[in-house]
Amino acid sequence: MVVMENVRKVYESSNTVALENVSFTINDGEFVFLVGPSGSGKTTLMKLITGEVRPTAGTVIVNDFNMGAIKRRKLPKMRRTLGVVFQDYRLIENMNVYDNVAFAMRVVGAPNSEIRKRVPYMLELVGLEGREKRMPTELSGGEQQRVAIARALVNSPRMIVADEPTGNLDPVRSLELMLLLEKINEMGTTVVVVTHEKELVNAFSKRVIKIDSGKMIGDGMDGYYE
Amino acid sequence: MSRYGYLIREGFRSITTHGFMSFASVTIIMACLIIMGSVSLLSLNIDALIKDLEDQNEIVVFVDESLNDEESARELQKNIEAIENISSAEFVSRDEAMDNFMSKYDEELMEGIDETVFRHRYIVHLTDIALMSQTKMELESLRGVAKVNAHLDYAQSFVTIRNVVSIVSLVLIVILVFVSFFIMSNTIKLATFGRREEIAIMKMVGAANGFIRLPFVVEGLVLGILGGGLAFLAEWGLYNLVTGRIVGSVTGALLNVVPFKSVALHVFIIYMAVGVLVGAFGGVNAIKNYLKV
Ligand SMILES: Nc1ncnc2c1ncn2[C@@H]1O[C@H](COP(=O)(O)OP(=O)(O)OP(=O)(O)O)[C@@H](O)[C@H]1O
Ligand SMILES: [Mg+2]
Repeated sequence: MVVMENVRKVYESSNTVALENVSFTINDGEFVFLVGPSGSGKTTLMKLITGEVRPTAGTVIVNDFNMGAIKRRKLPKMRRTLGVVFQDYRLIENMNVYDNVAFAMRVVGAPNSEIRKRVPYMLELVGLEGREKRMPTELSGGEQQRVAIARALVNSPRMIVADEPTGNLDPVRSLELMLLLEKINEMGTTVVVVTHEKELVNAFSKRVIKIDSGKMIGDGMDGYYE
Repeated sequence: MSRYGYLIREGFRSITTHGFMSFASVTIIMACLIIMGSVSLLSLNIDALIKDLEDQNEIVVFVDESLNDEESARELQKNIEAIENISSAEFVSRDEAMDNFMSKYDEELMEGIDETVFRHRYIVHLTDIALMSQTKMELESLRGVAKVNAHLDYAQSFVTIRNVVSIVSLVLIVILVFVSFFIMSNTIKLATFGRREEIAIMKMVGAANGFIRLPFVVEGLVLGILGGGLAFLAEWGLYNLVTGRIVGSVTGALLNVVPFKSVALHVFIIYMAVGVLVGAFGGVNAIKNYLKV
């Protein structure tokens, strides 16, 4: 669940107003596309959700945590309710597929017995069974991104946020990945996907939040058209 | 334990990955500890030397002729002992003084010397020879005291050396601990830089800060303990080598050197403690910036 109310974000260092008066609510179980041209503030919105940056003004609530006032030592607890996916996958190069996913469980202190059950299940869910021993460099981009999705999901977060997850993939792989995210959403996880690929957005009939130059210019089920 | 196993192993692995920097920081910690330890041991030896001097270096207080008979000369004892810095005062009568003197020299030489040439006297030891000149004056001001013999300059120069060595070693210790910490912290920063992706991922999935710190603190501890342990062994060897030379030399034969065994446990504990603290805080400091957001 995300609640934004009159959110404003100014980057002091570059003197940029990245977001201005942004308000919307994403309820549990929703699938939402967040779209807009380059530099419009999409990544900034994502960072507000993950707690990487704090709002200059307004209210940001994510999974019941007030992100404007959250204490630093509470951030780990908050982040365990989120799964994050990036355009560049961010896998650990010297770990194989299995360990990359298991790593996310290890570092939050999951017991080994649970890791051994959960990781194979996740890899099967994203269609990577049999690839456990491969290193990231031995996988295609689409496969690497699916490892990243398995990792984001492995700790059963309430919500997945993905910033341009298909940015480095060809159209067919992109569509496959989006179908995977849709399947995950149908299993109960809230999904927020940032993208600027119109065709991809329009291939699905989902809620689309549009921003441009830091302002919301649309929120509805009517696809992504200018 | 198993879930920490990975992170602890990572801490060890990082040491070999950044072999040169690890080697450098262990060496720096070693060097710092050895310098620290050597000046401390030097000042310990000077202290022991001063203690020796205090034991050996007696002040002779001569009783004047107004207290001619032994009875009244003995009366002075309590007045002397009332002075604060006096640790002991032993009365030596005129007769005893003469006997002592005679036994050291040839009888013939002494012929014709009358015992009245000698005065009653007190052999006085001090608690702190740094205050010798003041105590000497107090003794001189006592009624019935004719003269006070004390080796002032001798004592004073040793006390000055002790004070200088103490101050220098204190300043050195502060500087060197700081240098060790700085080098340690920067060595581990290399490790954090090499693993920044991993750190970012750990944070994104909600790993606790203590957990993220763990491998770097482990790395610091291992380097610190290694540095402390090696410095201890090196100090041991170095100390025995140097003191062996001194004791072996002609002038040094008179000196009493503090044996390493008597301070080994202290040196070991202090070295390990400094190694552990510098390592742990170096690790925590290295990762500090990553844990801000
Ligand atoms: N860390 C930062 N410091 C200063 N300015 C920033 C920072 N991050 C982003 N900005 C500025 O804020 C604005 C919004 O950036 P943001 O990254 O949110 O855009 P975006 O919609 O994600 O763009 P893209 O589609 O290219 O990824 C831009 O003008 C950018 O230059
Ligand atoms: Mg972006």
